[in-house]
Amino acid sequence: MDFRHPKTWFAATLLLAFALMPAYALLNGQPYYLTLFSRIMIYALAALALNFVLGFGGLASLGHALYLGIGAYGVGILQFHDITNGWLQLGAALIAGLLFATGVGAVVVRLSGMTFIMITLAFAQMGYFLAVTLKYYGGEDGRAIDVRSAMGLFDLSNNTVLYYFIFVCLVAALWLFSRLIDSRFGMVLRGCKSNERRMLALGFPAYRYKLVAYVISALACVLAGFLLANLTKYSSPSYMQWTVSADLIIMVILGGMSTLFGPVVGATTFLLLEELLSSYKPGLFPGVEKLVNEHWPALMGMFVIAVVLSSRQGIYGYVAGMRRR
Amino acid sequence: MNWSLFAVQLLNSFQLGALLFLLSAGLTLVFGIMNFMNLAHGSLYMVGAYVGAVVAARSGSFVLAAAAAIAFTLLAGVLIERTLLRELYARSHLDQVLCTFGLILIANEVVRYIWGPFPLSISVPEALGGTIPLFGQNYPSYRFAIIVAGLAVALGMYLLINKTRLGMLIRAGSGNADMVSALGANIKLVNTAVFAVGAGLAGLAGLLVGPLVSVQPGMGEPILILTLVVIIIGGVGSVRGAFYGALIVGLVDTTGRIYLQVGLQQLFERSIAQAIGPAIASMLIYVLMAVVLAVKPQGLFPVKNG
Amino acid sequence: MKTKAVIAALALCMASLAQAQTPLKIGFLAEMSGLYGAPGQDQYDAFMMVVNANGGKLGGVPVDVLKEDTQFKPDVASQIVDRLLERDKVQLFTGVTYSHIMLAIHKKITDKEVFLIGSNAGPAQIAGERCSPFFFTTSWQNDQLAEVVGQYAAQKGYKRIFALTPNYQAGKDFMAGFKRMYKMPLLDEVYTPLNQQDFSAEISQIQAAKPDAVYVFYPGGLGINFVRQYAQAGLKRIPLLNTATTEGINLPAQGDAAIGAVNGSFWGPDFTNPASRKFVADFEAKYKRIPSQYAAQGYDSAMLLSSALAKVKGNISDKKAFQAALKAADFQSVRGDFKFGNNNFPIHDMHMFEAIKDGQGRLTIKTIATPLKAIRDSYADKCAMK
Repeated sequence: MDFRHPKTWFAATLLLAFALMPAYALLNGQPYYLTLFSRIMIYALAALALNFVLGFGGLASLGHALYLGIGAYGVGILQFHDITNGWLQLGAALIAGLLFATGVGAVVVRLSGMTFIMITLAFAQMGYFLAVTLKYYGGEDGRAIDVRSAMGLFDLSNNTVLYYFIFVCLVAALWLFSRLIDSRFGMVLRGCKSNERRMLALGFPAYRYKLVAYVISALACVLAGFLLANLTKYSSPSYMQWTVSADLIIMVILGGMSTLFGPVVGATTFLLLEELLSSYKPGLFPGVEKLVNEHWPALMGMFVIAVVLSSRQGIYGYVAGMRRR
Repeated sequence: MNWSLFAVQLLNSFQLGALLFLLSAGLTLVFGIMNFMNLAHGSLYMVGAYVGAVVAARSGSFVLAAAAAIAFTLLAGVLIERTLLRELYARSHLDQVLCTFGLILIANEVVRYIWGPFPLSISVPEALGGTIPLFGQNYPSYRFAIIVAGLAVALGMYLLINKTRLGMLIRAGSGNADMVSALGANIKLVNTAVFAVGAGLAGLAGLLVGPLVSVQPGMGEPILILTLVVIIIGGVGSVRGAFYGALIVGLVDTTGRIYLQVGLQQLFERSIAQAIGPAIASMLIYVLMAVVLAVKPQGLFPVKNG
Repeated sequence: MKTKAVIAALALCMASLAQAQTPLKIGFLAEMSGLYGAPGQDQYDAFMMVVNANGGKLGGVPVDVLKEDTQFKPDVASQIVDRLLERDKVQLFTGVTYSHIMLAIHKKITDKEVFLIGSNAGPAQIAGERCSPFFFTTSWQNDQLAEVVGQYAAQKGYKRIFALTPNYQAGKDFMAGFKRMYKMPLLDEVYTPLNQQDFSAEISQIQAAKPDAVYVFYPGGLGINFVRQYAQAGLKRIPLLNTATTEGINLPAQGDAAIGAVNGSFWGPDFTNPASRKFVADFEAKYKRIPSQYAAQGYDSAMLLSSALAKVKGNISDKKAFQAALKAADFQSVRGDFKFGNNNFPIHDMHMFEAIKDGQGRLTIKTIATPLKAIRDSYADKCAMK
């Protein structure tokens, strides 16, 4: 880590803010912030996972929400059968995720460009409709989850414990991806993104590297889905809708596609903006506020367009591009 | 096996196919020639439906409503293409997908703001309000009219592309846009024309579907996904592909949905079969798309490059 | 000594007045937009009509009603409830249009011992095993709306019935309720995907099957679409029995296509009791439309809350007292006789209505039969409460 660069300070500050949020929430008597920031960290984790293949691997997957759903249903399905042990649920979800990702990945990783985008979308939609057929696990409605996963030492039914559990997962994922990106594996992957033909000419089995990257990315998303189901105490096919995948891509681009920490910044910005626009009422201009609260997706749309058109680097990418002090 | 019923279900499939064709013809050309993925195509469909509903309610004339819907979406298409979309041609497909996704969000809210959240409806035109006896059933004349309209548009597109100068430019442009421009044709004008025609067709589809289902914010997205599947299966850039792709998707979605349930009922208890049948039918469309992409990525009826 | 007592009494009065002065926060959850939004809007409009008519108060207690759109998505509803409880410190919930939403949030709210006064959804589980002393409803238990139609169909002697509903919790409940009273095997039982709006294939199946009658449950916009497409196919000659499909809010959009269709409910705008007459007159004057059953339910929930809040003088932290006040149901319901069963669901009559054009050319419903009188719902025995 380069401590002279502003980007490190930026990232460290944000992580510190996450670490201290429960104290802030307690002091202000707003337990709702715990729920909100737990959700932000979960999506940050998912966006981080997506960025591994999107930003570093050049694979634009519009179907990553599928793995969020698998993680969530891991909790939902096992809990329906009275298995509340979180480690078992997570294990089952990861195994299911491994199988799906390997199967899907084997097919999609050969393709690129628009075809890749469309086929990942296709598989996510298939997953969505598969979940809808699961009549006993709620079908189209999904199911409420009565108790959070029992994780041994960690009592997830306590919101603060859950918050820190998610935080630890996020930090661990950051560490893992940072090691992966800087490793030989990561370099080959990045090479494939910039010029696959050259990598093949150099003798690297690009297909295999991309497949492994895809599977790792999917598994991290499964973890995020597991955490999401625990947070909301609900598992539903709607977690797998293509609009969720689109939201994840926006978070990655917003934060900075080819940076490690960018997706965290992107997820935080996106979800905070959503929260602010839809419910913030400072009371200054009641008429305008009501309009904004009711029609906030339009502003999000304009924001997305502005972000895509203007900077190619994203917020954190911009910071990362700054000169060192 | 009730064959007359099967024939009627085929008609229902063709009716859905006709609507899908109207939507996918424009979208596939835009993607083929301008290499531009426009997710906001569904929003044009929605706007056409709304304009049609408002004009039909005020004037009482379906024909007037149709003309208004087509004209409005055509002009809207020209406007959007000249302002926003031009910026995006050079950018990656991902950027295009995201920007047009942003447009969808804006369009839904604008429509909700102007006309409120509740569904509007369009009355079936008087002349088409009855039924025609077909295959032992009373088939709604209006649905039959949609099939006819779809075929008419298909014929029109065939003539446009194969028998006119613009069509020649389109065919050339879908092969090599830069070369066409280098040869002196005004490719920008062709692009605008193609986009506008696509938008107008989407608006027409929106109007046609109005008397059947509710006109409401967000009605564009479900049909957009189906349209994307159609053009992938048919082959991007190919109007012929859009035609056959629409037919295939219409068949799988409508006839498939019913007969899959019938088949499943042999294996499962009725309520289970009824619950999972439609979901499996929906999945089938995506399975089909995935298979086509894996085996023949350029589509089943790709553009023939001479 | 006396002065001290007087001061103490005054202080107590001030305290209770002060408590009554901070408005009671009520979370109103419903769908307010899109395909499924019209019932929720009616519930809300009727509820607010009572609140506004009383100067922003219910039972003399000032209330602050926070309206939230649950968007027909259970996970969104779950998040909204979290937010209302944690951030906005809501003390009471009401509304809740759809059953799958209700199932997602019922336990969350009642586990925290917060009151939930439903005015529409009544899924079987919360009438039975999952009943809670913190839940009351002024609507009905889902199955009842279908049971009355089933009873009517059996009485009319229909032999071949084709049934359709959307594939979600309420649809399954209604199908089960219909079958419970109708008892004969159905010709066919179709569950359409929730977002499917074009029923061309299913309508063709109906035509081919030639049933004596068709039974459907398609709420909101789905109902508008189905009835219009049904009429377009020339099927009006086959009686259309339904639950919540050709009623109040859908009728204007369905127009002539709905005439002759028959639906089951607990209330209709042509009821003659004084409470109903006043309600219909006030609602039509204020909102310029005929109230639907959903509006009637919202109205009753506001009147129920008024009576209970007045009894406890706005102090709902004494939960036992508030529960007793609610259970007493000391108000004039628009449906006539009203009392709560052991599971806090109403015991009332269920009627059948036919869609007609009234004297002013508007579409409305008129009472044609009362097949079920003073019935309790079918799940009350499964509830542990007495």
